[in-house]
Amino acid sequence: MKYIDAEQVSKRMGTRIAKNNLLKSLFFMATLFGLIVLAILIYRVVVDSVGWIDWNFLTGKLSTAAERAGIMGAILGTFWMMLVVAPVTLILGIGTAIYLELYAKKGRFQAIIQTNISNLAGVPSIVYGILGLTIFVRAMEMGNIILAGGLTLSLLILPIVIVAAQEAIRAVPGFLSEASYGMGATKWQTIKNVILPAALPGILTGAILALSRAIGETAPLTVIGIPALIIPFPEGIFDKFTALPMQIYYWTLDSSLVAEYANLAAATIVVLLLLLFVLNSAAIFIRNKFQQRF
Amino acid sequence: MSLLTVKENISMVNNGNTDIVSAVQSNSNVVFDTKDLNLWYGETHALKDINLTINEKEVTAIIGPSGCGKSTYLKTLNRMVELVPTVRTTGEITYKGKSILDKSSKVEELRTHVGMVFQKPNPFPKSIYDNIAYGPRIHGIRNKKILDEIVEKSLRGAYIWDEVKDRLKENAYGLSGGQQQRLCIARTLAIEPDVILMDEPTSALDPKSTLKIEDLVQELKKDYSIIIVTHNMQQAARISDRTAFFLNGEVVEFDVTDTIFTKPTDNRTEDYISGRFG
Repeated sequence: MKYIDAEQVSKRMGTRIAKNNLLKSLFFMATLFGLIVLAILIYRVVVDSVGWIDWNFLTGKLSTAAERAGIMGAILGTFWMMLVVAPVTLILGIGTAIYLELYAKKGRFQAIIQTNISNLAGVPSIVYGILGLTIFVRAMEMGNIILAGGLTLSLLILPIVIVAAQEAIRAVPGFLSEASYGMGATKWQTIKNVILPAALPGILTGAILALSRAIGETAPLTVIGIPALIIPFPEGIFDKFTALPMQIYYWTLDSSLVAEYANLAAATIVVLLLLLFVLNSAAIFIRNKFQQRF
Repeated sequence: MSLLTVKENISMVNNGNTDIVSAVQSNSNVVFDTKDLNLWYGETHALKDINLTINEKEVTAIIGPSGCGKSTYLKTLNRMVELVPTVRTTGEITYKGKSILDKSSKVEELRTHVGMVFQKPNPFPKSIYDNIAYGPRIHGIRNKKILDEIVEKSLRGAYIWDEVKDRLKENAYGLSGGQQQRLCIARTLAIEPDVILMDEPTSALDPKSTLKIEDLVQELKKDYSIIIVTHNMQQAARISDRTAFFLNGEVVEFDVTDTIFTKPTDNRTEDYISGRFG
């Protein structure tokens, strides 16, 4: 007596395969939906920006006259700000992840911190703007300079970097650290020589994705009070500044007054997208370069 | 030799580390002396009143069914067991007369004297050279020439030098499983230990690689004391001088290997080695 009836099986085979094919096309359409929206978005932006991206636009100073406006100031602002965000986030983020994963005793205290970090990753970015305004701009009397903006964005992406680094550290197989401890290595020697090198690709991928998010953030910067129009180029992290997403925001806002501002916004979006594309390619390159085999 | 032993004993008595009786009893060729060791993982009582004496330059095999505590005992000897946060121990283990379970004894120092080879080959995802040089480097050796010498000596010691000497800069994961395990043994030799703990070192290997490791163990015992946990009773019979049979966290019988396998005194030992359970 067989429990699986061959006749029944072949009878149901048609429905089973049809179901499989139906779901396959459903999942494909879900993917297609995102792709189409993205393609339309990029198409619109590129069409609007045609003829507006040239050398003068890239290297020129800001101006109220659309034909003479350039975004070098915003590019430099974004660049300097990343010079603050990247080291601050990497050092604090990886440090926190190492402590929580490898040193902290598992218990109530650690669980509370962990829950808070996960929750912080979901707090709206404008709330971080208010925090930055209160602490850096007002309480520490920095004013709306690059350092204040950079620190605010660091706070914003710190939870993402911590969680990504924790996951990367957790993914390092235990047998590798056991081998190191077994030879008399201290915890720090094991972390430095075995765990961090193995976790590095994951940490860097998470960090660069988080940095990409920081580059595109607008809301916290508006709250801090980045000026709409600023002529001199920033020369260091203590200067006042504007950044690429801010420029997009203000030009879009004012495009009802001057129609050409919409084209300037589109051109700036293209520049920002290219920047992000370069950054993400770097992330993939770094991940592949440091990927270890085990 | 005997003078040295007497001196050591006197200093031990003076330090008050050990009582006089055990100091007198401890002779120069005991490496590990375990007294009334009990170990808990949380609420689970994993080792019960273990008393074992392990001699220098011998192969001591630990056999027993899964979950009998044999790996736990092995990992207590270099305190790797402490990587499990809920572990609690009572009793005493001395390594060459010094208590190792005290908080005052440095676990990093113990592990440079007591190396370990794991069940699954676990080379680092680094070059063959860097794998061997890892131990010497963490203990502060930076000189390239000395490192070169240690790498060659260790690889020769594990009989893998001829197979890898032309590819020292290649990733260790390009080696076969058996080669990886001999590389891990070489890596342990590089820290110049006195004792090598082996936790089922051949359970992930094919018969041919297993035989190579067994031959290697026979060679190594001239210079090192070896404690090997194994599931394979033939292996224990082939390579060990003494065998301990563990069951449910207790040592049922500990004797010269021939005696254990030919005329065991405990019925449970006889049942186990004749394959009636386990």
